[in-house]
Amino acid sequence: MPVVNKESAARMNDGPLLFRYINDPEQYRITRYLQHGGYAGLRKALKEMTPAQVVEYVAQANLRGRGGAFFPTARKWGLMPPGVFPRYVVANADESEPGTCKDRQIMERDPHQLLEGLILSAYAVGAEQVYIYLRWEFELAAERLWGAIREAYDHGFLGQRILGSNFNCDMAVHRGAGAYICGEETALLDSLEGKRGQPRLRPPYFPAAKGYLSMPTALSNVETYCNVTHIVREGPQVFTQFGREKCPGTKLVCLSGHVRQPGVYELPLGVSLREILYEWGGGPLEGRQFKAVIPGGASMPILPPDKFDYPFDFEGMVEAGSMIGSAGVIVMDDSTCMVGAAMNLVRFFEHESCGKCTPCREGCPWLSQILRRIEHGQGRPKDIDLLLAICQQMDGKCFCLLGESALVPVRSAIQHWRHEFEQHVAEGRCPFGDGHTDPGTRGDTDEARVQRRVVARRGMGGGAVPGGGCRQPGAHRGGSAGQPERGTGAAFHAAACDRDADRAVARDGPLCRLGSWFSDAL
Amino acid sequence: MTQARAGLRETCRAEVEEILARYPERRSALLPLLHLVQREEGYISEAAMREVAEIVGCRPVDVFDVVTFYTVYHRQPVGKYLLEVCRTLSCALLGGRKLTRHLEERLGIQAGETTADGLFTLREVECIGACSNAPAMLINNRIYENLTPEKLDAILEQLRAEASERVAPPEGERQGLP
Ligand SMILES: Cc1cc2nc3c(=O)[nH]c(=O)nc-3n(C[C@H](O)[C@H](O)[C@H](O)COP(=O)(O)O)c2cc1C
Ligand code: SF4
Ligand code: FES
Repeated sequence: MPVVNKESAARMNDGPLLFRYINDPEQYRITRYLQHGGYAGLRKALKEMTPAQVVEYVAQANLRGRGGAFFPTARKWGLMPPGVFPRYVVANADESEPGTCKDRQIMERDPHQLLEGLILSAYAVGAEQVYIYLRWEFELAAERLWGAIREAYDHGFLGQRILGSNFNCDMAVHRGAGAYICGEETALLDSLEGKRGQPRLRPPYFPAAKGYLSMPTALSNVETYCNVTHIVREGPQVFTQFGREKCPGTKLVCLSGHVRQPGVYELPLGVSLREILYEWGGGPLEGRQFKAVIPGGASMPILPPDKFDYPFDFEGMVEAGSMIGSAGVIVMDDSTCMVGAAMNLVRFFEHESCGKCTPCREGCPWLSQILRRIEHGQGRPKDIDLLLAICQQMDGKCFCLLGESALVPVRSAIQHWRHEFEQHVAEGRCPFGDGHTDPGTRGDTDEARVQRRVVARRGMGGGAVPGGGCRQPGAHRGGSAGQPERGTGAAFHAAACDRDADRAVARDGPLCRLGSWFSDAL
Repeated sequence: MTQARAGLRETCRAEVEEILARYPERRSALLPLLHLVQREEGYISEAAMREVAEIVGCRPVDVFDVVTFYTVYHRQPVGKYLLEVCRTLSCALLGGRKLTRHLEERLGIQAGETTADGLFTLREVECIGACSNAPAMLINNRIYENLTPEKLDAILEQLRAEASERVAPPEGERQGLP
């Protein structure tokens, strides 16, 4: 069937490091990977280097985590308490930040690159067990990763006494079950432990101190581990030759939305956003102009075109007023309704809120509802300031960065395109017509929507809806295509309902701001 | 739940053991075991939750707690083909919503419903990691990219033919490696 691609059809360049062989259809097999110099870094490390030297290499390369915060990886490893074992290494392959589709390409087409980086990292930190937390939707990636793991065992790169050394290492893929929040590192660990994926209270700030089963755990993004492979194989200078001094290396940039050539490109950090959009993206679609760009996935502020000349790296994007995040570059042209775009993103966060803390669980639905009202021409003049007031109330009070992220698209859209919001309200309709960013179901009444909101919250009782009580049974998320669920026992209900967490937040007051590690990375 | 089920430990004993062996403690095997149940039985019944609880050594309510949290687990049977259209921004910008409407029309159901013949369940999901090939959707967890209404018609045609066993399912259909 021509419409089905076994592999992703994404357009990719033959990049300098991670993407060097990405377009080779056989690269996922170990024979081809070995032909291309694969596992040479592992041989070298186990024969010639101590674990401390591997860490030193990564430190010299100034590798900064590619999961979004760009925290130095070697420093993170250094936070593991000495002498505490067993330790674990976990790859964050949950990739669900809207606009991001890079890790999937590596896992489908060049999985050994990830495996080698993971084994090296395990050697560096003294771990003997590695897990790859893979989002459920990546079926082909799961196949390829398990295949690669089997091949690696057969060739003696995994298992006992690897390559004749004293180093043992086992690896398994752990598949998620459809929850964006499980990309958040502490939620990921809970999910790995077989629990609901809800963020843990910090401190300790990093899983390095207390991670999987409360043991020291190195947890990084897939791309970060792939960089380790190249840094060890070819030395830190192979990495530092790219990018600017503070933020070296290359970056897998995912380009999506209104551009001629969307795709995933490996580019040196520090190229300008303009170059990405025009040279790689091929410019705007026929007869259109760029209007807005989100540089780092849904959680990052939206930028207008006058910011396109800033360098695309961590510092550059901060200067431009946004963040590089996961480098999921979403492009919108002048046909896009910014109210609709903000509404779409907020609806995403509303849907993915884990329900643990009040500001996010309650704030997201309110933001979503008000945006929806404005988009559909029923907005009131004071609604725009009301949106900002809700953002203010959520800001710094959410338990994790998901809630903090939900207000980002709202604030940045109002900051740069306030006139569009006002136009919606003044004209009582969306000036863009049936905005194609509209995710809503047609003919939704407010009541139906509130109902949906109640069941949509992950396994939550309905207690938080204004005037609502816990509608058990049946208040809980169906999970199965929204069908009403059959009656379940009251005991089930009581435990699945998160009222206790609510009460704790109410009792202990707003939780502290947890973004400090972002500023730490600066 | 009165319906008799054989039980995971009988039908997939080896796989259960293999999954348990991946982790230093049993509870961590919960998600993969639930994936296994769903692959075998199509959804996760209360009886299955009880059995999984026994295997990993927690209370049934803890399993319920987990099942209700994640969107992938079904507590009722779904159609033979689960169609999940991405509705998040990159896809929405390029007509993701149109795909849903098109499917709703073709199948005569709304998003969230199953066709009367039990063949198709349609629902909208959030970003599935195929943004640079938007709009995209999942059919039984296989990613379909760069879609148009015309391509959808061809796919539906193919699936219907497959369901009536006129053609073999494509390689790797409904894998669900737990
Ligand atoms: C809501 C939320 C979702 C996240 N999703 C992902 C993700 O899908 N993939 C990822 O690598 N990191 C994600 N992160 C970041 C991780 O928490 C963590 O910082 C990262 O995996 C660390 O890896 P690094 O050191 O390589 O950057 C997310 C963070 C938050 C708050
Ligand atoms: S901010 Fe609170 S409710 Fe939102 S995802 Fe984080 S912990 Fe859950
Ligand atoms: S937005 Fe649809 S796949 Fe990412």
